[in-house]
Amino acid sequence: MQPVLIAESVSKIYSNNGSSVRAVDNVSLDVKAGEFVALVGPSGSGKTTMLAVLASLLRPTLGHVRIDGYDLNDMNETERVRFRREKIGFTFQNNNLLPYLTVQENVEMMLKLNQKLDKEGRERARQLLVWLGLEDRLNALPNRLSGGQKQRVAIARSLIHNPSLVLADEPTANLDSERAYQVVKVFSDLIHEQNKAGIMVTHDLRLCVYVDKVIQMRDGKIEQVLTTRQEIDNFIACA
Amino acid sequence: MAFYLATKEVWRNRGRYFLFSLVIALITTLVLFTAALAEGLASANREYLSKLDAQLIVFQKNVDLSANASQIGESLLTSIKRIEGVETVGAIGLSSATIILSSAQQSQQDVSLIGVEPGKPGLPPVLLGRNLKTTRAREVIIDQRIAQKFDINPGDNLTIKTIQGTDEKFFTLKVVGVTDGGQQYLFRPSIFVPYRTWDEIRSQPTPSIIKPDLIFNIVAVKISAGQDTSEVANRIQSGVKDIEVTDISTAIRALPGYTAQQNTLNTQQIFTLLIGVLVIGGFFQIQMLQKVPQIGVLKAIGVSNAIVAIATVLQIVLVTTFGVALGSVVTFTLAALIPSTVPIVFNGTLVAIATTALLLIGPLGGLVTVRLAVSVEPLIALGLSS
Repeated sequence: MQPVLIAESVSKIYSNNGSSVRAVDNVSLDVKAGEFVALVGPSGSGKTTMLAVLASLLRPTLGHVRIDGYDLNDMNETERVRFRREKIGFTFQNNNLLPYLTVQENVEMMLKLNQKLDKEGRERARQLLVWLGLEDRLNALPNRLSGGQKQRVAIARSLIHNPSLVLADEPTANLDSERAYQVVKVFSDLIHEQNKAGIMVTHDLRLCVYVDKVIQMRDGKIEQVLTTRQEIDNFIACA
Repeated sequence: MAFYLATKEVWRNRGRYFLFSLVIALITTLVLFTAALAEGLASANREYLSKLDAQLIVFQKNVDLSANASQIGESLLTSIKRIEGVETVGAIGLSSATIILSSAQQSQQDVSLIGVEPGKPGLPPVLLGRNLKTTRAREVIIDQRIAQKFDINPGDNLTIKTIQGTDEKFFTLKVVGVTDGGQQYLFRPSIFVPYRTWDEIRSQPTPSIIKPDLIFNIVAVKISAGQDTSEVANRIQSGVKDIEVTDISTAIRALPGYTAQQNTLNTQQIFTLLIGVLVIGGFFQIQMLQKVPQIGVLKAIGVSNAIVAIATVLQIVLVTTFGVALGSVVTFTLAALIPSTVPIVFNGTLVAIATTALLLIGPLGGLVTVRLAVSVEPLIALGLSS
């Protein structure tokens, strides 16, 4: 199966006052449809920068990123904005939801943004939220939700417009362990069920129990890639 | 999408935005009241001159266009009439007097006593009764404001008081007509009498005696159809000695205190508008600074700069328009309750200009905010920066 995401020899170099820092150094990876990947590593290892490059928020200094066969380097800024809107779903650590939109409206916004909000779309958004256990919070504003509920709404928003790639940046950073497990399990289930390619950046290695592949980064480089259940479980046990 | 985001945010934070609309409403009220006051004061000063059925006014030379200081003899009137392009001229005498009202009312009313030539420029049209016909009759036409205020009608007698020498003199005049619309001059309503009567009853250092050559203050000149006003003015200026010719608007600007007063009020209006720009700009800038992380997320998920910018402008326009509308309603309601002694006049054109300026200061004040919104990087959503 052709991978949804292919990153080839990606480097991101920041230059400042004559000195340069390689935040990402010659990283190659791929993610297939229905595959959930964890990008792990200590602070400063380059995982968030790599996520920004994969999300078309940053242009790589070297290398190529292809999503659904489209090379992000070939796109201008307007095309990249449209590409993010149509092909990528996001879940962030903070400020995920618009505080002035209800739960249902926050999810529907991605459909509205892609001009696909119709009766069927509204129903799909509602069903997804019901599936996520938010049936009694559909008309609530985000300030009435718990941290876990907010992240579940963000997950629904990241999937509702049927993107090819779903990216999550530390989605459980503000949650307690129990809620963190719940959120990542839900995320993993949806990615597998809807056959999406998913990447989650996390510093919490225990959450890797729900992923299919672990890519560990250090100093901007890939340190190891774990692809089998046994390898991943051993990695979690040693963490 | 931009409209959706803008309206949702305003509606869900309506308390906060309403409070800010109140600030804009207060600014609107201040600007409209200042404009109405400026117009009211200007109107009370210039109303008679601005309604003159003439294009030019002739003053005596070297009096700085002061109507009270200007003295023009009857002989010059004939010289002006002979100039090519002049259709007709009207001598105008300007003075003041006091109307003595009936003893039951126990009150007096200061007025501008204006001497005019029947049938000539300077004589206002009448709404009720008839106009002046002869140059010597003890007849008077009164300002509509006086007629309404004191319930005076054509056929009534009116007693006026002037000072001649050191004595108070009382004259009884028969009201023959009421002017259509206000005819204030130098902040007083006007009454009009034939010019020979005026010369006889006006306040003067010595009691009036028959003079060989009547003296007026100014001359209103109506030019023939198709003639160029400035060319006729130049012809009069060069053809008649010891005079100064000017158009009506210049004569109005030369009225005592007129320019200084208008400049003061206009400056106040401009500063109020500038304060409005700063207040609106400041409010939306603070709002936007609080929303930077949100904007970052919006851009990361694929909302374009155009949508963010349009949504920001729409919010500013919505809040400003509501504030201006609210302020206008408050202003007109308050204006109806203010005593008539306060000279406020709402001129349609000036209100439209002030309202347009108020509506424009919102987007103008918000320009910096729009710039900030557009410059927010989507990387902020990931806690990064380019």
